[in-house]
Amino acid sequence: MARIVFVDPKGVSHEVQGAIGATVMDTAVKNGVPGIVAECGGFLSCASCHVYVDDAWIDRVGRPEDADDPTEAEILDDAMAECQPGSRLSCQVVITEELDGLLVRVSPEQF
Amino acid sequence: MPGVVIVGACQAGAQTAVSLRELGYEGTVTLVGAEPSSPYARPPLSKAYLAGAATAESLSLRNASFYEAQRIDLVLGDRVVDVDLDGGCATTDSGRRLPFDRLALTTGARVMRLPVPGADLDGVLYLRDLADADRLAALLPAARSVVVVGGGFIGLEAAAVCRAKGKDVTVVEMLPRLVARAVAPEVSAFYQQAHERRGTRVCLGRTVTEIVGQEGVSGVRLDDGSELPADLVLVGIGVRPRVELAEQMGLELRQGAVVVDQCARTSDPRVVAAGDCTLLPHPLDPGVMVRLESVQNAVDQAKAAAASLLGLEQPYCSVPWFWSDQDDLKLQIAGLSTGYEEVVVRGEPDSERFSALYYRAGRLIAIDCVNRTADYLFVRRLLGAGGTLPADLVSDADVPLKSLVDV
Ligand SMILES: Cc1cc2nc3c(=O)[nH]c(=O)nc-3n(C[C@H](O)[C@H](O)[C@H](O)COP(=O)(O)OP(=O)(O)OC[C@H]3O[C@@H](n4cnc5c(N)ncnc54)[C@H](O)[C@@H]3O)c2cc1C
Ligand code: FES
Repeated sequence: MARIVFVDPKGVSHEVQGAIGATVMDTAVKNGVPGIVAECGGFLSCASCHVYVDDAWIDRVGRPEDADDPTEAEILDDAMAECQPGSRLSCQVVITEELDGLLVRVSPEQF
Repeated sequence: MPGVVIVGACQAGAQTAVSLRELGYEGTVTLVGAEPSSPYARPPLSKAYLAGAATAESLSLRNASFYEAQRIDLVLGDRVVDVDLDGGCATTDSGRRLPFDRLALTTGARVMRLPVPGADLDGVLYLRDLADADRLAALLPAARSVVVVGGGFIGLEAAAVCRAKGKDVTVVEMLPRLVARAVAPEVSAFYQQAHERRGTRVCLGRTVTEIVGQEGVSGVRLDDGSELPADLVLVGIGVRPRVELAEQMGLELRQGAVVVDQCARTSDPRVVAAGDCTLLPHPLDPGVMVRLESVQNAVDQAKAAAASLLGLEQPYCSVPWFWSDQDDLKLQIAGLSTGYEEVVVRGEPDSERFSALYYRAGRLIAIDCVNRTADYLFVRRLLGAGGTLPADLVSDADVPLKSLVDV
């Protein structure tokens, strides 16, 4: 398990335990973290799982441009909420032991 | 306080329960489901789950601890068989009696059975529930040839998975084109070619007259007398809303579905309904009644239903959307194309990256996007804002849609 801290759009922190190999989105939804809607269930069709990875974690989490599939970068480019350096679709971030303690902020507008 | 009983514990039912709590409801919430598993996502059943890339656990919508923390009582593996509306009590198969003052029906839909001789042979399968998907996944490795009956989204998704696993796959469709109910002929033609390119056979305009076999399936006979060899037959010919309880309660039904208004209210003020079991006003054009079978619809309608249960009015008017993954083809649809008069294709279908934009009375009403997520996201937002795009400018795929209007 890895500890993940979500700061929801209201500024409230939620600490949850995520299984290694699950996605950050999945962990948030199953535990009811507010603001992560994940309408499409993780299949890169909605952008309703947008988070901002804390600066200190960006290198370990990786960037959308690094993925083979260009879809995530395309979606983020067009997302309603502002795209920031740490922007990721959390359904594309797989939890590893390295990510224990990960801090992400939930984007205020999910779409 | 007796509280709320929600009949049907899947996409719409779970969302109704969650939304009740989000809206501040403090009373008892009981979510009853006939299936043994806690509410889960069905879309992966014909996609990642069938392909072996997702586990049953990963499909579940929420953790057990979440339902506990939200005080949502899950009653699973039990079916509501009787509802006494005046007495405020729902009775289950196992004899549980669940008191309520308000009721939500989120009973979904069941698959239509193939009405031909031999349809009860071993190896004739359907795909709706996790149990169906497990049965299919268990039999698939040993099968050489698979016949998929029905060229709709679910059939085609499953066909793509079977083909990727190296099976001989034939899709048999009664109508002259694939996915005819949902997309334009141009898009149907694209899917036919795309599946044929991947080695799947597509038989159009043919019906199945018999499933042939001794103990298990050995073939499928078509109406032209020909026989296709098959070790497995997967039937995906559509679903029918589950309306027995609604019927029993005397709720208004039309086209075999529970009639609701934009706030998910049925003809009885004590009952709301949401998801695949309903006939509802088109979210963007409420004068027209539609049936929608999608996760987005189940979720958004359930939010309206939860509000109505608490006496609030939160009409459901978000843009309908849908997706379908077939091999590496990602289809995303925004809006409803029903009743379109003109379709404009943007990009080259043969490149497997294009969109089809649907117009009625000169206004954009829907878009189908194949591997063009940016088009889809933009149009979904545009339709939500009541916008349109000039039909004569959208066909140039190199011009981003968002450069054509200000939103
Ligand atoms: C294989 C497959 C792939 C799909 N792919 C997509 C997709 O890519 N995108 C998309 O948007 N949609 C897709 N869908 C459709 C989507 O899954 C449905 O629209 C959605 O599940 C509808 O949710 P629902 O809650 O209304 O009904 P259901 O999911 O049908 O759930 C109803 C539940 O109620 C239970 N129930 C019924 N009657 C009773 C009773 N009397 N007592 C207790 N329990 C009862 C049933 O057992 C069932 O579990 C797919 C569906 C399938 C089957
Ligand atoms: S959950 Fe839909 S894109 Fe991540």
